[in-house]
Amino acid sequence: MENKENRRAPVSQKPLVIEKPKDPSYIGGTISIEINEKKVTVPLGTTILEACKMNGISVPTLCHHEDLCVAGVCRVCVVEVEGMRTLQASCAYPITAPIKIKTSTPTVRKARRNIIDLMLSEHYGECYSCFRNGKCELQNLAKEYGVDNYNFGHVEAPRYEVDESSYSVIRDMSKCVLCKRCVRTCIDLQEVGVLEAVERGHNTRISTFLDKPLLDVICINCGQCINRCPTGALRANDPSDEIWAAIDDPKKHVVIQTAPSPRAAICEEFGMEAGHSLTKELNTALHRIGFDKVFDTNTTADLTIFEEGTELVLRLYKALVQKEPVALPQFTSCSPGWVKFLEHYYPEYIDNLSTAKSPQQMFGALIKTFYAEKAGIKPEDIVSVAVMPCSAKKFECNRPEMNDSGYKDVDYGLTTRELARMIKEAGINLPEMPKGDFDSPFGEASGAGLIFGATGGVMEAAIRSIYEFVTGNKTEDAFANANILPLRGFDGIKYVELPLGEKFGPVPDVIKHLVPNWDWLKGVTLKVAIAHGTANAKKIMDDIKAGGKFSECHFIEFMACPGGCLGGGGQPIPTTPEIRMKRAQAIYAEDESLEMRKSHDNPNVVRLYEEFLTDGPCGHISHKLLHTHYIKRGRYIA
Amino acid sequence: MEKKNRSGAVIFSPYVKGEAVKKVVSMKREDVLFDLRESKLKGRGGAGFPTATKWTLVAAAASTEKYIVCNADEGEPGTFKDRVLLLEYPELVFDGMVIAGYVIGAKLGIVYLRGEYEYMLKSLEDYLETMRKENLLGKDIAGKTGFDFDIIIRLGSGAYVCGEETALIESLEGNRGEARNRPPYPVNTGFMGKPTTVNNVETFAAVSHIVIKGGAWYCNHGTDKSTGSKLFSVSGDCEKPGVYELPWGTKISELLELVGAKNTKAVQVGGASGFCIPKTQFDRALGYEDAATGGSIMIFNESRNMLHVLKNFMEFFVEESCGQCTPCRIGNTKLLEGVEMIEKSEFTFGYINKLKELGKTMQVASKCGLGQSSPNSFISILENFKEEIFNSGGSHGK
Repeated sequence: MENKENRRAPVSQKPLVIEKPKDPSYIGGTISIEINEKKVTVPLGTTILEACKMNGISVPTLCHHEDLCVAGVCRVCVVEVEGMRTLQASCAYPITAPIKIKTSTPTVRKARRNIIDLMLSEHYGECYSCFRNGKCELQNLAKEYGVDNYNFGHVEAPRYEVDESSYSVIRDMSKCVLCKRCVRTCIDLQEVGVLEAVERGHNTRISTFLDKPLLDVICINCGQCINRCPTGALRANDPSDEIWAAIDDPKKHVVIQTAPSPRAAICEEFGMEAGHSLTKELNTALHRIGFDKVFDTNTTADLTIFEEGTELVLRLYKALVQKEPVALPQFTSCSPGWVKFLEHYYPEYIDNLSTAKSPQQMFGALIKTFYAEKAGIKPEDIVSVAVMPCSAKKFECNRPEMNDSGYKDVDYGLTTRELARMIKEAGINLPEMPKGDFDSPFGEASGAGLIFGATGGVMEAAIRSIYEFVTGNKTEDAFANANILPLRGFDGIKYVELPLGEKFGPVPDVIKHLVPNWDWLKGVTLKVAIAHGTANAKKIMDDIKAGGKFSECHFIEFMACPGGCLGGGGQPIPTTPEIRMKRAQAIYAEDESLEMRKSHDNPNVVRLYEEFLTDGPCGHISHKLLHTHYIKRGRYIA
Repeated sequence: MEKKNRSGAVIFSPYVKGEAVKKVVSMKREDVLFDLRESKLKGRGGAGFPTATKWTLVAAAASTEKYIVCNADEGEPGTFKDRVLLLEYPELVFDGMVIAGYVIGAKLGIVYLRGEYEYMLKSLEDYLETMRKENLLGKDIAGKTGFDFDIIIRLGSGAYVCGEETALIESLEGNRGEARNRPPYPVNTGFMGKPTTVNNVETFAAVSHIVIKGGAWYCNHGTDKSTGSKLFSVSGDCEKPGVYELPWGTKISELLELVGAKNTKAVQVGGASGFCIPKTQFDRALGYEDAATGGSIMIFNESRNMLHVLKNFMEFFVEESCGQCTPCRIGNTKLLEGVEMIEKSEFTFGYINKLKELGKTMQVASKCGLGQSSPNSFISILENFKEEIFNSGGSHGK
């Protein structure tokens, strides 16, 4: 599971310092307690909430979230502990003594009802007009705990203006119940820290630095706060109305690219268990909704491997052979949340970012150039939509640099959640759709592009190709079934060394003009690292700054979101470690089911270099369309 | 700092600066704790936790880094006895902190001083400087090799909740003043995550006397369960408001007579978070076993409107709730709204009863003492003065 050791909890909500023994079987490792008059044994330090869960007793929660440190502020989870004058928040109470717990007494039930009633009294908005209708934790609590009346009234007018400034995250604080999950997500999980409680008492609210609109603070748009908000107080900036308008406009040619992670998660929006890919069903649905073409973002993920891989080779060549100063390690640049994080927090390292655009933006530039020309459609008539697991992609496609086709390369970034709503609105039950294919000329793509969706996936895709390019051997010879397992899994930070050996193959044609041979890589051990979640990224960056082992890496994959894209801020709500694990399994299973597993085997990409990007990876054409530059934003804002 | 002519059996009894410190360094730590336990001294801030137990827990904690914190945030409406102690008897307070440092094994004591007391900061700092010169602070205190201890003063910023010990610690660490989850308690996870004892100003002052005169002597004062004496901050409708030292067990009626209160209708014991006691109960005794208080005594005579009194308290809590937990943040607002409804005669008894039930939920489900005690006034005033509040002129109620 994800590594929690480096978490910097907000000090007001310090995680409990009692360590749970690794092996509860040693003497004193467990403790006998009573829950509802039943004797049970739990590991020392278990919270009352966990102990109840282990024993099949349900306790309602709201501010508690599996990914986050303890808050203990909503008080919905209170229980009775014998001998204590007050009720105890079960999420925040570590068991270190043989206590007796009661989870459903008159006092407890009354307290829960009163607390839920109080939250409802301050929660503005009507459920039927809310995007979280049916998926709102407050609504569910009210239903479950028999609150059928606004016992303490209900607000009639919004208390706060909606902050719609951000391309990615919209904040409607009138719906906020002050559970502080967003604060803990931002400060603790992501270590970005743009949200905090301000004022006190009845005026307490969650705000930003100096109450500035979200666009003007150093928010990285990762949207992890949205994924953990129990109500509709946080949502993504939804472009679906504009997309419907484009679909309904006969003059517009509307194309959509679909990223790998939405396909592995959208099933959850249709009541299915997590972990089922609906790639082909989605193709059919998108065609039926009215998209003129459905393309596979994995195509440009494969293209990214060519561009970013070549860039890495060139950087290494410069460093090792030409002995020129060059920024290493190279950092991946496909996660726009991570890119903005670096621009704000480590602007001195922007030269380390690969100049290669993200797959979304590469695709955007190609659709309005290569594809427009091939299909004989004027680029201005094309509306280019990208369905992404991500809220930061909405910001990315609005970056002023992203107009290299001469037009806005990608018009709209759409999240998995928003797409699911469009599909439902069109009266389609996605899981029942017949299977369909992607459209040419960007139809088939490799499994390497697919696994971009999981943390470590970009690195694995890159290694699958680099290994073959350099050694001339098959990846399968070194890694069974081309599955590079050391790069997988949800450890917060992974570090892998890959000795390149002594025997090298010929330089492949596509980059022959850039490096003459591979002799200079003899004896080199490729050092790579992977981090997901910006808290982990920060750890690596601080190590690099201090000249630690990560500063000697050659290539590092960074993803802003925990779990990588599959845990993105545009993915279905809720998110838990278990759900993310299942999405990852779905992605890796789909990869393994494919014939084509490596980016350089993708015939569409090979043809692109033959027909369009004729001066090869990192050539002039590709530099114009597929590469970009970054901004040293810094932490201080005007 | 000029001492006024105050008299009392314990706190205000004669004491020479540094005498307890000089005595304690020749004692064994266990013996000091034994005296404390024998004295049955309870925390004077209001919660009444046995001081010996708290100190024993911190003394026994494994950490090499421990802290002593003096809670001088004195924010409870109607209390001002800590101000008197700090201004007139700093030797008692600071000596008590040094004793705590000795017993617990701490190197640093921190005084968390109420923001509004900034005016006394300079004189307190000067006083600490004289203690350093006299070797009552610093290295090898009072000639005891290896006993190093110093005291610093930190100012609060005016939040009532920072008188709650874990919120106080948060504030000391430079964060927003919000109560922490307990357990773990400050005795093992306090300031900077280290074992910390947080005690009231008056508690430290009592300790200095106990070290000199012993636990048994202390028990000679007060009652069986409430030993020693207490400083009361008396305000409101009386001729002689001020700080009084009285033994625990003193009846409210006795106190009223002493301070020259006439035509008294109600006494609010324990500040805004305390209880309002009507005339019929003036024979109740002040003490942990009956009318417990951190020292605030507010006297209201017949001319006062108890609904206005209650409204004032509730407005205070609505503003001073830190806002983190639901029952306190929204609950207090609802209680205040209820008071306003009664004021405007726009209420139903059904709803007021609902609010009383809500108050009971707040008492047991709020995260810290603030929300747990804020409904006390609401419940006790509406209960004890229902005739006045609901029957005045027959115009209320629907």
